[in-house]
Amino acid sequence: MQHDAYRAMWERLDLDLPAHDGLLQVLGKFYGDIYMSQQGRLQGMEYLDFVLSEVHGLRIQELQEAKAQGRKVIGTFCVFVPEEITLAAGAIHVGLCAGAEAGTELAEQLVPRNTCALIKSFIGFKLARLCPFTQSCDLVVGETTCDGKKKAYEAFAEHVPMLVLEVPQQKQSCDRELWKAEVLRYKAEVEALTGQTITAQSLAAAIRTVNARRRVLQRLGALRAASPAPISGRDALLINQVSFYDDPVRFAGAISTLCDQMEARVAAGEGVAPADTPRLVLSGCPMAVPNWKLPYVVESAGAVIVGEESCIGTRNTRDLVDESGTTVEEMIDAIVDRYLRIDCACFTPNSERMDNVVDLARAQKADGVLQYTLLFCQPYGHESMKLARRLEAEGIPSLAIETDYSMEDVEQLKTRVEAFVEMLRSRRG
Amino acid sequence: MAEIVALGIDVGSRSMELVALDAQAAVVDSARLPTTFHPVAQLAALLAGRTAPMVTATGYGRELVAQVVPAAVATITEITAYALGAAVCAPKARTILDIGGQDTKAIRLDAAGQVLKFEMNDRCAAGTGKFLEHMATVFQIPVEEFGVFALGGQEGVRINAMCTVFAETEATSLMAQGHRPEDIALALHASVCQRTASMLGRVGLTPPLLFAGGVARNPCMVRLVEKFTGVSPIIPKDPDTVGALGAAHHAWRRWASSARSAS
Ligand code: SF4
Ligand code: SF4
Repeated sequence: MQHDAYRAMWERLDLDLPAHDGLLQVLGKFYGDIYMSQQGRLQGMEYLDFVLSEVHGLRIQELQEAKAQGRKVIGTFCVFVPEEITLAAGAIHVGLCAGAEAGTELAEQLVPRNTCALIKSFIGFKLARLCPFTQSCDLVVGETTCDGKKKAYEAFAEHVPMLVLEVPQQKQSCDRELWKAEVLRYKAEVEALTGQTITAQSLAAAIRTVNARRRVLQRLGALRAASPAPISGRDALLINQVSFYDDPVRFAGAISTLCDQMEARVAAGEGVAPADTPRLVLSGCPMAVPNWKLPYVVESAGAVIVGEESCIGTRNTRDLVDESGTTVEEMIDAIVDRYLRIDCACFTPNSERMDNVVDLARAQKADGVLQYTLLFCQPYGHESMKLARRLEAEGIPSLAIETDYSMEDVEQLKTRVEAFVEMLRSRRG
Repeated sequence: MAEIVALGIDVGSRSMELVALDAQAAVVDSARLPTTFHPVAQLAALLAGRTAPMVTATGYGRELVAQVVPAAVATITEITAYALGAAVCAPKARTILDIGGQDTKAIRLDAAGQVLKFEMNDRCAAGTGKFLEHMATVFQIPVEEFGVFALGGQEGVRINAMCTVFAETEATSLMAQGHRPEDIALALHASVCQRTASMLGRVGLTPPLLFAGGVARNPCMVRLVEKFTGVSPIIPKDPDTVGALGAAHHAWRRWASSARSAS
C-alpha cells in the first residue's frame, strides 16, 4: 500500500496516525492470510483486492475531492436508510458498519459491556480516531432498530452530526404510514444538507443506479447455485462488503465483468472446490468488513459458503424498488414499500425471514445452514432458536454459532464447524 | 502381541489416550497420559515407539500428532470420534453425553450411528470435569472420591452460580452458614448436571444414552444424570477412551479398505 501519499490527508481528517498505521498493518496481514492464500481465484477479484487495499486511501481521496466540489457524504449503519434518496440529492452514501475490534475500552465508556461487537466497533473506531469514512461524513444516519443501536446513537450523537430515522417494529398499515413520514423527513433533511431539491428525474436515476447494483449482486448470488461453486464464500462476502463503500456505478461494472468470468467457469464445470464439497448458507447478523473470521474457519474446514442471508448479503439485495413510478410521490411509495420488505430480526413477528432462509438454502442447493449470531445480539439470538426449529422441520441441518470479533474462540469454533462439516459429509455418504 | 494395524489417538486438553487395533479390529493395547504443557513430548511418551500403517487423531490437539507419528495421520473431530466409538462400545446408543476435562458435549445419533445434532459447551469450564476437580480441591478430597462423598449428601441446598469462581464463593458461604459439606458437594454436582441436562434437551435426548468421559466414573454424576433425564445411562468399561477408540476404528476402516484395494 502506498501510504505516504495519504498521510497528509489522514492528518487533516484528524486520524490517530500511529494507531491507524497499526490498523492498516494488521488488516494487510489478515487479508494476505485469508484472501491471497486462496487457490483458483477469479481474475476479476483483482479489482476487489485493489479496492480493499485502497479502502483508506484512494476511496477516501475520492470522497475528499467530491467534498471539495461541494458534495456531501452521508454515513449509515443499516440497510434501512434509503440510499436512493441520498443519491438523488447528489450526496454520497457509505455504509460505516465496522467489523473489527478497535477502541473497545473507549467504547465501553459510552455503551455497556454487554453490547454487541458491531456497535462497540463503530463507537470504538470513532473514539480511537481510526476510521477515515466516519471522519469524512457530513451526516451520520442512524435508525431505531435494535435497542443496542438505538441507545448507542444517543451517545454517538455527541461525537458526530446525527440523524436518527424511526423504523417501525411491525408491518401494519399504520407502520407503513410512519415509515413513509420518516422517508419524507429524510428527504427533507438531505435536501437541506445538500441544497439540492430531489426531482422525478434525479430520483428515477438514483433508483436505477441502486437497483443496477442489486441486480448484479443477485446475478452473482444465482451463479453460486452452481456446483462446483464458482467462487469462494470469502470472496463473495468481500464483494458484498465492498458494495457498501465503493462508487455504485463503477462497482456494478466491475462485478458484472466478474460475473461473466463466473459464467464461463460454470459453463466449463469448474469451481473453487470439488463438486462433493459440503455447501453452506450463512445466516444471521451482518458481517461488516473486515469480519472474515467465520467464513475463513468454515472454508478451512473443507466446506464452501454459497450464500449469505444477512444485511451484507441477500437482505440487502433481494428486493428491488419498483421502477415504474413517474412522479416523485409514486417513487417515494415504491421506496417505502421496498424497504418495508426487509426481514430484519428487529421486526415482530418476522416469519418471512424463516421462509427466506429456507428458500435461499434450497435455491443454493446448500447441505446445511450455519447460523451466526453476535454475542449479546438479542434480535438474532431469539430468531436463531426459532430458525433452528424451522430448519429441522424442513430437514435442513443447521448449526448455531455465537461469537464476536475476538480471536480467542477460534479453536472451539473450528472444532464445531469441522464436526458439522463431517456430519454433512457422512450424510451425503 | 498381535500386529497393530490401526492406532487412534485422542489428544484432549487434560489427558491423551491411545487405542491400538489388530487386523480383526480387536483392541490389543491402550494407554493414557496427562497432556501437560508439553503435549508433543507427552505424545512421544504415549506412543512409546508404537506405530501402525494407519493413524487417526482426534481431540483439540489432533494436529500435533503428525509431528510425532511417521505415518500419514488423518484427523477427525471429537464429535465424529465419539460417534464412531459409541458404535463399537454401545452400538444401540442414540445419544452420547461426554463430560471431559474441559468440555462437555451432547451428540444425538440416528439409527445407523450417524451424527444428527450436537452441542458443545462454550468458552468457560463451568459444567465440565474441571469444575468438579476444582471443587474437590476446595473440599480437600481426592477428585476420584468426590462423587462418593457427594452421594452421602441430602438435597435441599442449591448452588446457583455457573462460573467456577462464583460457585466456590457460594460453596464457602454455605459452609459458613453451617450446611453439611456432603450436602454442598451434592449441590455442586447437581449444578453441573443441570447444565448437562439442558444440553441433552437441546439435542433431543433419545435413549439409550451413553455416558462417556472421565466424569462418567463419578457415581454421583451418574445418579444425577439418571435423575435429571429419567434415562439410566450406559457407562462404557473405559469411559475415557471412547474418543480414542472411535479414532482407532476410523483408522482401521481406512486400513481395511486399503488392504482390500491392494489385494
Ligand atoms: S440487522 Fe437489522 S438493524 Fe442491523 S443492519 Fe440489518 S436491517 Fe439494520
Ligand atoms: S448485530 Fe444485533 S445487537 Fe448488534 S447492531 Fe445488529 S441487531 Fe443490534
